[in-house]
Amino acid sequence: MKNDSVKKVVATGIGAALFFVLARFVAIPSGIPNTNITFQYAIQAVFAVLYGPVVGCLSGFIGHVLCDMSWGGVWWSWAFATAVYGLVVGLFAKKINVKDGYFAKKEISTFVLANLLANAVAWLLIAPVGDIVIYKEDAKLVFTQGLVAGLGDFLFAVVLGGLLLFGYSKTVAKTGSLDKE
Amino acid sequence: MKPIISFKDFSFQYNAQKQPTLKHIDLDIYPGEKILICGASGSGKSTLGNCINGLIPFSYEGKMEGELTVDGITTKDSSIFELSTRVGTVLQDPDGQFVGLTVAEDIAFALENDCVEQDAMKRQIMEAAGKVGIEDHMSKAPYDLSGGQKQRVSMAGVIVDDVKILLFDEPLANLDPYTGKTAIELIDLIKKQTDTTVLIIEHRIEDVLWEKVDRIILMDDGRIVSDTKPEELLRSDLLSRYGIREPLYLTQLKYAGVDVNKVEGIDNIKDLVLKENDKKKIRNWYEAQSKPERINDNDYILEVEHVDFAYDNSEQILFDVSFKVRQGEMLAIVGKNGAGKSTMCKVICGFEKNRTGRILFKGEDITQSSIRARASHIGYVMQNPNQMISQAMIFDEVAMGIRNLGLSEEELQERVYNTLKICGLYEFRNWPISALSFGQKKRVTIASILVMGPEVVMLDEPTAGQDLRHYTEIMEFLKELNEKGITIILITHDMHLMLEYTDRSIVFTDGRIVADKSGSAVLCDRELIQKAALKETSLFYIAEMVGIIDPVDFVDCFIDCDRKERDRGN
Amino acid sequence: MATKVLNYIPKESFIHGLSGTTKLIIFLTFSVLCGLSFDTRVLLFLLLLSFIGFSLSNIRLSEIRLMSTFLIIFLVMNFILLFLFNPEYGPELYGSRTVLFHLFGRYDVTMEQMFYQFNVSLKYVIGFPIAILFISTTNPSEFASSLSQIGVPYRISYSVSLALRYIPDIQQDYHEIAQSQEARGVALGKDVKFFERLKNSAKILLPLVLTSLNRIDDISNSMQLRSFGKHKKRTWFTKKKMTAADYSVIAFCIILFVVGMIITNQGGNNLYNPFVR
Ligand SMILES: Nc1ncnc2c1ncn2[C@@H]1O[C@H](COP(=O)(O)OP(=O)(O)OP(=O)(O)O)[C@@H](O)[C@H]1O
Ligand SMILES: Nc1ncnc2c1ncn2[C@@H]1O[C@H](COP(=O)(O)OP(=O)(O)OP(=O)(O)O)[C@@H](O)[C@H]1O
Ligand SMILES: [Mg+2]
Ligand SMILES: [Mg+2]
Repeated sequence: MKNDSVKKVVATGIGAALFFVLARFVAIPSGIPNTNITFQYAIQAVFAVLYGPVVGCLSGFIGHVLCDMSWGGVWWSWAFATAVYGLVVGLFAKKINVKDGYFAKKEISTFVLANLLANAVAWLLIAPVGDIVIYKEDAKLVFTQGLVAGLGDFLFAVVLGGLLLFGYSKTVAKTGSLDKE
Repeated sequence: MKPIISFKDFSFQYNAQKQPTLKHIDLDIYPGEKILICGASGSGKSTLGNCINGLIPFSYEGKMEGELTVDGITTKDSSIFELSTRVGTVLQDPDGQFVGLTVAEDIAFALENDCVEQDAMKRQIMEAAGKVGIEDHMSKAPYDLSGGQKQRVSMAGVIVDDVKILLFDEPLANLDPYTGKTAIELIDLIKKQTDTTVLIIEHRIEDVLWEKVDRIILMDDGRIVSDTKPEELLRSDLLSRYGIREPLYLTQLKYAGVDVNKVEGIDNIKDLVLKENDKKKIRNWYEAQSKPERINDNDYILEVEHVDFAYDNSEQILFDVSFKVRQGEMLAIVGKNGAGKSTMCKVICGFEKNRTGRILFKGEDITQSSIRARASHIGYVMQNPNQMISQAMIFDEVAMGIRNLGLSEEELQERVYNTLKICGLYEFRNWPISALSFGQKKRVTIASILVMGPEVVMLDEPTAGQDLRHYTEIMEFLKELNEKGITIILITHDMHLMLEYTDRSIVFTDGRIVADKSGSAVLCDRELIQKAALKETSLFYIAEMVGIIDPVDFVDCFIDCDRKERDRGN
Repeated sequence: MATKVLNYIPKESFIHGLSGTTKLIIFLTFSVLCGLSFDTRVLLFLLLLSFIGFSLSNIRLSEIRLMSTFLIIFLVMNFILLFLFNPEYGPELYGSRTVLFHLFGRYDVTMEQMFYQFNVSLKYVIGFPIAILFISTTNPSEFASSLSQIGVPYRISYSVSLALRYIPDIQQDYHEIAQSQEARGVALGKDVKFFERLKNSAKILLPLVLTSLNRIDDISNSMQLRSFGKHKKRTWFTKKKMTAADYSVIAFCIILFVVGMIITNQGGNNLYNPFVR
């Protein structure tokens, strides 16, 4: 459906912009170089859930590449990891119907599961393997980095992303059953 | 002549809604007409517009009944693309529709999507830009443009592939009075140049009527309740009945007991003609008024001294700004788009740090104190409530500001409930905020500031885009607060609000204060009005017409009388 | 408000003159080649080229000081980390071990380790001037059209343009929301406890998300009303005409890529090993 596809184009753009802003200005360094724990993955997760895998994937990728560029030097292996992360979370979008105002046990557990899987694939597979292929880096090193990043992002994405989706679901909640007290 | 837009027993119901939003609309609009659509909030104006431009049903699904043809094509069998080449739409929010990175790109947007070749494109956009007078800014980015300029770009962006119908949804909200006036004149100009059919949806009808319109369509609850020539509508009592503000001069004439049915040119202050005995009536009314005397000689609660300010790595915004506010005042800050009004408030709250100068609260210097510290004395309510609301439930939202002050649950609850009572939100305390109307949301944000017990509250354009009912609701509420002794500072573009509710106005132009006097005095000062992009009140014209020497006093009398009337009303 | 998202520095120069598409192709060729190759000779050649390109662009170092310092800090940290983490990695990789001198504990400084780390750093260094070159000589308005030129679907290309367009707006949103929340006691400072900070950041992010969602609706409406997505393709106002210079540079990139890959892969793997006798 046309409208939807245009909305997705815009969502991708705005999602990328959010990713950029948060990644660039709201970063908490985790102590390990080129490994920042930040909020952008929570937002990316939210967009992935609301708009599906394609938006989740592209918004993250575009945001990540633009952000790297603003520092100089793009970190491809990690950019792709970000993309895959959004993609995987997005694959669960259908099962998490916050758009109808539901974010209860079932949705939450699905969301956690999705993030677990997504982070595992992104940070324990794509990113390290990328680093090994590109930089011939020491497997031990890159997996440690991946693990740290993965854990951090998992924590943040689940907690923050969860809070955000919960807040969002409240705003679309049905209001029929309300009476003044 | 065949109508270019024709509704036949047309109804529409959003999927999300239980009731139809448009009910049995019958409406014919003829080529070259200029039509004003007004009505209370939620009456279905935008919905009607979106049916014409195709957003309904192609973007918002819902149930359609009856017929709607636009320029000979039946919309429901058409597509949004087919319609968009016929209907150009300019929406309220200028940033939402400025999608290009520069002016030129944005104007070219529609052409790019139509696969027009570059050279042709360049020609066409220059032409369109010329029509709206933006051609000198083609390579500027949106954040280098004023609100008015952005709107011109939006207009150029739709007239560029010469549409037959132009649709404006609240073009005046958020524009300063002068820019609003020029926007209306520009719309009229474009209409004449391209003889398009023009539909304007707007609450501020006096401003729209500044240029002639052929018909006014008045909507209420999804129905068309009146469809007549402006003068007829103005003479009737429909406007007040359906909660639309009638032009100021009209109210004035009524107060003076002039029989508006006999007056010619009633639909536009420019061609208003008053007979001698009407003028006499007005003079008599004026003589009869008791001169209002309201002086506030409390201590100063807020003093701003020689403040300069620039956002980091951009040019200076505020130049040596100084003013004083007395405890219990209700003060207006007015002026051009981009003059620095919001910035000034942010500096006062400590959101932004001023380079030079001092800010005193009750005589003590707070220039160095933190945002949090100032917030307990001075509250700032942003224009867009969605930017402030971060909780699902009203109670939590309001409680947020005092949560980590170490109050006990009881104290906390009591304080929140009191605030909610003041704001008339008590019975909603357990509602989700999503269930509230815009006006109510606005009140929640005000409550969430009040709960911290500030003695000064600053509000950024509290009534932008609101209809008369919500406007009155919000303003009366603020007036009550003010009577409770809270000092209130309003940033506004609404000259009527300034006259009606505030004792004093501070006028900004390009980061400088150019005037600091009563609203009526401001609006009777031609030079100042020019310099600060304001707009004379129509009362001023009346005063001149009738030959009253002291228009300021005349306006004051009117406002005084108007307040009395309103208080009698409720 | 970051009116400038990426540090585009308009100037007159050969590089500025090239079309965005060409510059994008250069950027990608370098990125891919530098990514795939671990052949020191190729890498050094790329480095040489990127510095030449840089000098051609008339960009002065002072104009990119921030980024440069960032890179240097990063390089040093990374260099140290690589060594501390596993000083024996180089020897493993190159299958020989030439000790230069003993440091302490298990830490010997070996030729191989140094050479390996030199290569890694080289890769980072190359990526840098090219990225800088690309962003500081390409008008962001050209990004989208360039992307669609090299075959990216225009819908995706356009979302890049939208991102660039709305980053400043969203940054300002964030700024204002954060401030007004801080006024209500929502702090993110260092003194705030970690999980408190987490909760508080949600109080800032939620309004940000909700306003952004409204934004998405508004924008997509007005884009549809101006027939975005009407046809399979669209033209681009900002597209630069390709010149002879463009075509020759592109040709050069292709050759560079092919040759680079051949050199890299001779001897079966992409590792240039000077230590084999
Ligand atoms: N997308 C939508 N989905 C469901 N209901 C909607 C939608 N848009 C509007 N409505 C409802 O339709 C009614 C009319 O809305 P509309 O925006 O047309 O009013 P309006 O006259 O434009 O008001 P305002 O002057 O505030 O813009 C409102 O009750 C609103 O809640
Ligand atoms: N965060 C910011 N960074 C840089 N410049 C800004 C920022 N916010 C506003 N400006 C600039 O400061 C000037 C004054 O802006 P401000 O919002 O104070 O004007 P205003 O009087 O509130 O206008 P309006 O009536 O349209 O709200 C404008 O030129 C604007 O572009
Ligand atoms: Mg509307
Ligand atoms: Mg403002």
